[in-house]
Order: sequence, then C-alpha cells, then structure tokens
Amino acid sequence: MASIWEWANPRKFMAWTDRALPVLSVVSACIFVIGLVWGFFFTPDDYRQGATVKIFYLHVPSAMMAINIWGMMLVASLIWIVRRHHVSALAAKSAAAIGMTMTLIALVTGAIWGKPMWGTYWEWDPRLTSFLILLLFYIGYMALWEAIENPDTAADLTSVLCLVGSVFALLSRYAVNFWNQGLHQGASLSLDAQENVADVYWYPALVAIAGFILLFVTLVLLRTRTEIRARRLHALDMRERVQGQ
Amino acid sequence: MIRLFWRDLTLAFRSGGGFGLGLGFFLILVTLVPFGVGPNSERLMAIAPGILWVGALLACLLSLDRIFALDFEDGSLDLLATAPIPLEGVVAVKALAHWITTGLPLVLAAPALGFLLHLDSAAYRWLIITLLIGTPALSFIGAFGAALTVGLKRGGLLMSLLVLPLYIPTLIFGAEVIRRGAGGFLVATPLAMQAGITAGSVALLPFAAAAAIRVALR
Amino acid sequence: MKLIYVKNLTVARGGMPVLEGLSFDVSSGEILVLRGPNGAGKTTLLRTLAGLQPPYAGTVETAPDAVAYAAHADGLKTTLTVRENLMFWAGVYGGRDIGPALRDFNLDSLSERPAGNLSAGQKRRLGLARLRVTHRPVWVLDEPTVSLDVASVDLFAAAVKAHVASGGAAIIATHIQLGFEETVFDVTPYKARMDVVRDDFDEAFL
Repeated sequence: MASIWEWANPRKFMAWTDRALPVLSVVSACIFVIGLVWGFFFTPDDYRQGATVKIFYLHVPSAMMAINIWGMMLVASLIWIVRRHHVSALAAKSAAAIGMTMTLIALVTGAIWGKPMWGTYWEWDPRLTSFLILLLFYIGYMALWEAIENPDTAADLTSVLCLVGSVFALLSRYAVNFWNQGLHQGASLSLDAQENVADVYWYPALVAIAGFILLFVTLVLLRTRTEIRARRLHALDMRERVQGQ
Repeated sequence: MIRLFWRDLTLAFRSGGGFGLGLGFFLILVTLVPFGVGPNSERLMAIAPGILWVGALLACLLSLDRIFALDFEDGSLDLLATAPIPLEGVVAVKALAHWITTGLPLVLAAPALGFLLHLDSAAYRWLIITLLIGTPALSFIGAFGAALTVGLKRGGLLMSLLVLPLYIPTLIFGAEVIRRGAGGFLVATPLAMQAGITAGSVALLPFAAAAAIRVALR
Repeated sequence: MKLIYVKNLTVARGGMPVLEGLSFDVSSGEILVLRGPNGAGKTTLLRTLAGLQPPYAGTVETAPDAVAYAAHADGLKTTLTVRENLMFWAGVYGGRDIGPALRDFNLDSLSERPAGNLSAGQKRRLGLARLRVTHRPVWVLDEPTVSLDVASVDLFAAAVKAHVASGGAAIIATHIQLGFEETVFDVTPYKARMDVVRDDFDEAFL
C-alpha cells in the first residue's frame, strides 16, 4: 500500500467499492432519513414562518452540495489532467449529473420557500441568479461529455472546461452580487451559525447535511462504477471491431 | 503570425460574410426589440443598454464557429499545428482577426443603433467605451469555446451552450457601466472589472484553447 | 545523418493501440514507403511522426524543425489564389520565394486562379507544392498521389527525388509504385495484439 493513487486503479476501485457500497448505502439512507424526519417532524414551528421553515432541511444541504460538487469535479479534473487516472475523470463525469440535480432541488425548494417568505417564486436576486448560472455550467459540462465520442478526448476537454468554467463561475458570482444586492438572507449556516439558527434547528440540520454528503458519496461511487463498466464495454467493442477487420 | 492574421482577414472579406453578417444580425435584433416590447420611448430608453449588449453578444456568437471549424475541415489546422508557430499564437491571432471582423464593426455601429432605441445621450460615450473594452473578451472567450467543440458534429449549438454562460460577467459589467454612466454615477469599478476580464481572457484563454485543439487533433 | 529515429513505438487510435513494436530510422537521402492494408494504422503512425499525437509507448526522435506533414486534406483556402495560398504557407515557414514550388508542380499558369476553381488533381499538386516552401528535410506524406493523373504522379515523383537528392528524406504511405529507390516498410506484422495487458494500472479499459 505505497501510495493513495493505488485506489485509482480501476480494478482496485471496483473491488473496494464493491465491498464498501452496501454498508455505505445503508448508513447514508439511515442518516438521510433521520436528518429529514427529525427536521420535519420533531422541531418546533418557527414563530414567524410557521412550518414553512422546515423546507430549510432540503434547501440548505442541497444548495451546499450544488456548490461543493462543482469543487469536487474541479479537483477530479485536475487529478485527471496531472496524473491521468481514468477513474478520476469518470468520477467527475458521474458527479456532474448529481450536482445538477442538487442545483435543481435547491432552486425548486428555494422557489417554494420564497413564495410565503417574499411573496414571489422567483426574484433576480444574486443568490438565486448564481444558482441559475451554476445550473447552466452543469448543463454545458454534461453536454460536452455527451457530444464527444472518444472517452479520453472527452475527459480532457471537459476537464479544461471545468477549469476555465470555475474561474468564470466565480467571476459571475462576483458580477451578479455587484449587479443586484438581493433580498436573500446571508448564509444561514456558517461557523458562527449558532447566532442565526437556534440549537433545536441546528442539530437536525447538521444531520441532514451529513445525510446529503453521504448520499452524494454513495451515488457518485455507484455511478462511477457504472461508468467504468461502460468504458470496459466500449473497450471490448473497439477491440472486437479492430480484430474483425 | 502576421501572415495568418492577414489571411484570416482576407478570407473574411472574400467569403462576404465577415463584416456584413454580424452587423446585419445586430441591426435586425435591435429592430425586433421595439416590436416585442412596444414603441414607448421611455421603456426603450431604459432597456437600451441591455439590448445593445445582448445584441453584441449574440452577433459575436454567430460567427464564432468559423474561427476553427473551416480550418479543421480543410486540414489547415493540422498543418498549422505542425508549423513553426506556437498554437497559442495561432489561437490569439485568429481571435484577434475575429474581433476585427465582428467586434470592431459592432462597436462602430452601436451608437447608430443606440439612437434607434432612444439611448440616453449621456450613455453614448460609455456604450462605445464598454463595447471597445468588452468585445475582445467576447472573441477570446468565444475562441476557447470554438476550440472545445472543433471537429464535433453539430458543434455550433453546443458551443453556444458552453460560451454564453462564460459571457455573463462581461455582459453584466458592460451593461452596468452604461446604466451608471447614463445616470451620472461612478463607473470606475465595473469598468475596471470588465477591463480585467478582457485582459485575463486575452492573456490566458489562448493557452486553454490551444490545449483543447491539440487534444481534438490527436 | 539520421533525421528520424523511432524506437519500440506503439501508436494508438482512439485510445486503442493499432501498431506496436515499431523500430526504424530514416536518414537523409532515404525514402521510406509504408505499406499495409487500409485501416492498418499508417495514417496514425504518420500523425504520430508529425507530432500531432503523442506516442502511446516508445519514442520518436526527430531533428528539430525537421518534419513537413501533408495529409488527405490539402489545407487550401478556396477563395485565395494559388499564389496566395502558397505565399501564406511560405510566410508561416519564414520564406518568401514560391517560384521553384510553382515550377516543380507545373502551377505557373494557374498561379492567379482561386484555389476553389482548380480540379481535384490540381488542388493536390498545390497541396504538395506547399512542401517545397516549408524548407523542411523530412516530408511525411499520407497517400500523396490520390486524385493525381499519371503526368502529375511523375511530377510528384520527380519532386520527391530532387528533394531527397538534396539531402532530404521522405516517409510516404502509398499503394502505388513511384519508381524510387525506396525502403519498403510493411506495417502489417506490427499490428497491435489485443489479448495482452500493456498497462497494469489502467488495464481495465484495454
């Protein structure tokens, strides 16, 4: 066990995920359910917002994941560019669809929450707008993966796009802030979060976030396994075609 | 590299689409907007900066796929990649030629179209300045998008999907400068940001685009 | 003088090795003709030699700025004249004089015609004339005689001979006999085997 890169060997990756996934699935399902059930049914209603506040347990974790998944894709793309581990590129590809779904969940729950809070489903508020832009980036990234036939070329080009896209996503975030100071509250959860959110909301929120993270890890491993199998199939197909000549 | 620059300009002239196409598109777009939103001059005045910038963006996008696709199809790109000029230079020169044939005419035509949209008289100066500063970024970002999709079937549509989100910061700062300029507010910050984006795009994106082309030719 | 030195080269197309274990070298004054059935990997090999794609394994050493590459597509602009097309490539390679190239490929009378008006064979001749203005010693040519008539093939063969006689070299993938004193290199025996594991680390995909 010399280096951590051993884990990036496709065969090793398949072996350890095969053992880890059943456990991981059960654990993440439990944590996910506990977090949401605790959040939905065992917290008091907010004195101002009533029960609507509880959508918070879907909205905040999914929004956090939407951003962090892009970060994970950036890291995975860098690893692919520098070290050429196929598993890394495929993990980035697998993560994109999950990231896009998280962005959609954050947008939709935000809209549902926004109606009673601000009286509107949609407002061109910097945070909302940024998430819409993030959604566009996810769509573009996935579309590029789909469009390129050769898997290695696709991995290279999407990695470059992810790198450049990250810079422009940050720029957009800044530009959008500049363009419109919005009505969205500041981040509800940060290191000094206790100031914003009372403990009774805070603990289930932490569990819900942990649930979302575990859910993401489980899904990304599962999807990466699928992608590896798809790559093997592709390689077999190529081999047959070459030999058939 | 100077030769490549002149060749691209000559090609743009001879194929007839170079200057005319983007400009015509810009004109049509600006003409269509009042039909869509009504002839109320105050409303047009309010949305003019945004319309002009969005129009410039789309007009620029229209000719992007020609930057590399034609050279890819006739094999020139292979030959340029094996020629003794760096591919980064090829990208930069081609993006510059694209700007001169597309971006620069837009800058020159924008005031006339601003007139059609009742643009505030205080804003003309800023309209020209932001377009002059911002459109090179559009060409260089576009060249990057074109490099990513070179050699793909139906690359044009995909390229729009990739490039337009990258245009957002340039658009926001550009329209913001005009809006602030028209209102008599300070424009230094958005103008500096836009200049920064252009400088960064011109300096760095040719490297990313060249890397993408090398991968695509492989 | 050795201009290209290839050792234990494996080339891949679309991530799949197609030829492996290639070792040869080309010295000035030499013509190497690649033979092999369609799809054997000749084009892939030539693109690797030209530096358009990296070797899958093994090494290609070339003298600096040695290789001029010409493929199926001629890289011509249809709206530019023959002269303008050649002047452009001459300029890219830092030269100005296109007279000899026009003469060698019998293009003098066509020099003011737009390249779009040329016949397929004339276009091909123009594409090959480009090699003359690169002033590079090693010509790497992929099926150069496609769409050339007999007279043009002779012109081409003469140009290659003159180039090689002046210290150049050529690597040509072709099916026809050009009447050179050539070294024939058949790539068929080097077809990559599919049933061996090359790279233990990323084995899973190959």
